[in-house]
Amino acid sequence: MDKAIITGVAGTAMGKIPGSTSMSLMTEAALAAIADAGLKPEDIDGVLCAYSVVEPQIMLASTFSDYAGFKSNFALALHAGGASGATMVMNAAALVESGRCRHVLICAGDNRVTGMSRDDSVAFLAGSGSQQFEQVYGMSLPAAYALVARRYMHEYGLTSEHLAAIAVTQRKHACAHPLAQFRTPITIDDVLGSRLIASPLHLLDCCGFSDGAGAVIVSAANAARDTAKAPVAVLGSGQGNTHEFIVSAPSLTEFGCKISGATAFGRAGVRPTDIDVAEIYDSYTITIAVELESLGFFEKGEAGPAALAGALGIDGSLPCNTHGGLLSHGHPGAAGGVFHVVEAVQQLRGTALGLQVPDAKLAFVHGDGGVLSAHCSLVLGKI
Amino acid sequence: MEKPRPNVNADTAPFWDGCNREELLYQHCTVCLRAQFYPRAFCAHCHTGKLEWRRSQGLGSVHSFTDVYRAPGESFKADTPYVIALIDVDEGFRIMTNLFGATADKDVQINARVRVVFEDRGGQKIPQFTIDR
Repeated sequence: MDKAIITGVAGTAMGKIPGSTSMSLMTEAALAAIADAGLKPEDIDGVLCAYSVVEPQIMLASTFSDYAGFKSNFALALHAGGASGATMVMNAAALVESGRCRHVLICAGDNRVTGMSRDDSVAFLAGSGSQQFEQVYGMSLPAAYALVARRYMHEYGLTSEHLAAIAVTQRKHACAHPLAQFRTPITIDDVLGSRLIASPLHLLDCCGFSDGAGAVIVSAANAARDTAKAPVAVLGSGQGNTHEFIVSAPSLTEFGCKISGATAFGRAGVRPTDIDVAEIYDSYTITIAVELESLGFFEKGEAGPAALAGALGIDGSLPCNTHGGLLSHGHPGAAGGVFHVVEAVQQLRGTALGLQVPDAKLAFVHGDGGVLSAHCSLVLGKI
Repeated sequence: MEKPRPNVNADTAPFWDGCNREELLYQHCTVCLRAQFYPRAFCAHCHTGKLEWRRSQGLGSVHSFTDVYRAPGESFKADTPYVIALIDVDEGFRIMTNLFGATADKDVQINARVRVVFEDRGGQKIPQFTIDR
């Protein structure tokens, strides 16, 4: 069976965008991705959306299609937190490979800066915890990840300096990206000196909130002749789900990314050492450290020292989050994980808006929702 | 502003009733013999067993912990920094707690021994743990 291809990608500006709404941002990104593919809105026969926090409609794919004027034959909204972007690509690939659709639009966006207060965003995220068994203790989302970080430090010798090195590297990447939200260089001392949010995580270990939207077009393999840009194949995908609440996670050091990554690599027939560029979900610095090791890019305990030695930089052995990731490029909710896909495709096309990995042929994308709860991995390749 | 009370439901009512008697209850599966927490209508391990309620001695060890400096809501702001910990209770289940009388970086270590105490939240008692000295 011919594998699905990605034919269009687009992202809006990130940060504070006065006058924006979640629907206007999503439509802007969607129209730009359709144009990037050389298609027209009427060519889109499937629409996949995630969720909007600012406009929490229960049927967001219908709401968005109504707003944008899209009349597709397949519309679905899914909720997989930060894994939504990769999960939408995985499902869109299945839709075009089965013949159900020819061109599926994936779109997510939200105005988390101008549309709601920071306190409301923090409270919304804490609401993902178990009401009876986590929220009553005042657990924030960063606190849940901090529990993982503390245990990881205990078991594998990870340090705050290691985590800070991840934030510093990604900021360096964002500084070269014209649409990134945070473009002031930072040092390890800046990260360690930023205020604690939930120990051992500092402010600069945590992503912020953004206005912005991203969109991707996934098309049938034989549609490549109709589209404008060099296609990128969805070579492999996989999911892994072990828990929702951190209180019921089977482990604080082993997560579903191990399964999702192995599945995606297996389906693509490649190994971690074959990957030229990795776009890994980075809600917090600890998220990347855990995932890089579980996915097989590093042995346990080695991702932190490798980050400190520069391995994740544009010239490193595994260029990672080349757009700056959620930490520095920005994080508009469900759209955050879409940007890892957008960046991977632009890297494989050789048209990165910021730093370009020379001659990148294989990219790995990973999304994680909840507290390392829902994982989705993608292997994307230049054809 | 008052801190949240648990939204008790049919699955969890026996647990929360136990807390009001200052008893820490957990579910035990009569087929796979494993402890289960949080309370559910079915065994999430073997999916076959009948669950029975047992009383924990209320002793355990710290699996991980954090000091929260940025509270998720108004009702917790006055407490910052406060500790959130995951406790491996001796009977074989894990529970979240604040650690009463502790500020993490000074007073807590992974594997520290803890014991249960109960906090009254507007008529509903909730389990909390404190360092067992």
